[in-house]
Amino acid sequence: MRVNFTVNGRPQEADDVWEGESLLYVLRERLGLPGSKNACEQGECGSCTVRLDGVPVCSCLVAAGQVEGRDVVTVEGLADYAKARSCGTSCGTSLDEAKGWQARGTDSQTGEGTELAPIQQAFIDAGAVQCGFCTPGLLVAADEMLEHNPNPTDADIREALSGNLCRCTGYEKIMDAVRLAAARQGEAV
Amino acid sequence: MDFLRPASWEEALAAKAEHPTAVPIAGGTDVMVEINFDHRRPEYLLDLNRVADLTEWEVGEDTVRLGASVPYTKIMENLRAELPGLALASHTVASPQIRNRGGVGGNLGTASPAGDAHPALLAAGAEVEVESVRGTRLIPIDAFYTGVKRNALAADELIKSVHIKKADGPQQYSKVGTRNAMVIAVCAFGLALHPETRTVRTGIGSAAPTPVRAKAAEEFLNAALEEGGFWDNGKIITPSVAKQFAELCSGACNPIDDVRGTASYRRHAVGVMARRTLTWTWESYRGARRHTEGAA
Repeated sequence: MRVNFTVNGRPQEADDVWEGESLLYVLRERLGLPGSKNACEQGECGSCTVRLDGVPVCSCLVAAGQVEGRDVVTVEGLADYAKARSCGTSCGTSLDEAKGWQARGTDSQTGEGTELAPIQQAFIDAGAVQCGFCTPGLLVAADEMLEHNPNPTDADIREALSGNLCRCTGYEKIMDAVRLAAARQGEAV
Repeated sequence: MDFLRPASWEEALAAKAEHPTAVPIAGGTDVMVEINFDHRRPEYLLDLNRVADLTEWEVGEDTVRLGASVPYTKIMENLRAELPGLALASHTVASPQIRNRGGVGGNLGTASPAGDAHPALLAAGAEVEVESVRGTRLIPIDAFYTGVKRNALAADELIKSVHIKKADGPQQYSKVGTRNAMVIAVCAFGLALHPETRTVRTGIGSAAPTPVRAKAAEEFLNAALEEGGFWDNGKIITPSVAKQFAELCSGACNPIDDVRGTASYRRHAVGVMARRTLTWTWESYRGARRHTEGAA
């Protein structure tokens, strides 16, 4: 079947989609957006987290057919999504731009020279990325929390990220990163 | 596999009548796991996401009519006053991502003894509104669970909503697991005080082939509270009464040993949860009583 939906602000069309296929598979294998990670395929790990009509969900548990006509934001569109939120415009990210997205710029260690969402920069600055596999899901989940809760307590952060597993960091640096992003967001206002 | 995408409830019922083997999918948090793991290859998937009525709820005089697909997140955010037990239970479901998609209709459809909503529904008192092209019926929650992952639905029926009694007193919910998120209950317990009828109701999860009420424990406690004039005098519950209640709740279990826990641990833990939730709800009832008396 064919599925039409919006990804990172731009209309997309996926063809030859199998009826039992997940949104995650469509994003990774049909649209060439491997940012959302495939790990547990049962909603346990959160590494495939995307926004579906603004709401964080595990894309491995959304049937592709269910997203017809709906709006998806992946980690590849997070920088533009955050920018649009802060400046109130909505320009979106083209599929080619999204495919070409790399957290590299001129310096892969500091994120310098590339456009990052504040939460992405905070993860780099706080050293919250080790192997990086869980990072996209955590970024999407943390960004969504900061959108509606700009001054989270530690308990709020832990709860918002309770559906995202990380096996490297022990979560402390991730907590630091989210606190940092919240503090910077507060300064900016 | 065929993907059926009804745009309305009527279309969904027609599709289910035409294809009784169609598997309804709403939040997908159960169905997609089975498909991803190749445990299930349904001939038809019946997507209910486009049926807007299913995500709505209505607060009536005595009951809340909760659409089958209202996500747990919305229950926590909007119905804590009317359905405190179910709101607490909803908060123990998996993670924010799962709570944003899953709802009570899916819990009822899957009818796993470990479904988090069941003990809260049993304790509050509820009826499941199911419909087919043949008509609508309301199934009392006590008659809904018929076996392990079996329910009272006919092949052509879909779950439309749950009519849950609005709380008329304190409610509590307790769940045992290895951590605070992403756990399937080792066992769970729901308790609701109903001061208007001077009764209590219970619900036990994951400790019998189906979710069950501890009816002998309820009857014992109803009689003990009545006899001691507790509803009127608002005294603290006698420890011996709480202990007996806990033992009867344990006795209502019929658990198995499995990877999550042993049968004897489950029996024990249900007793502990029964005693604790009784203390919590009763203290809250006493507090509310004092408050009303103070105001009068």
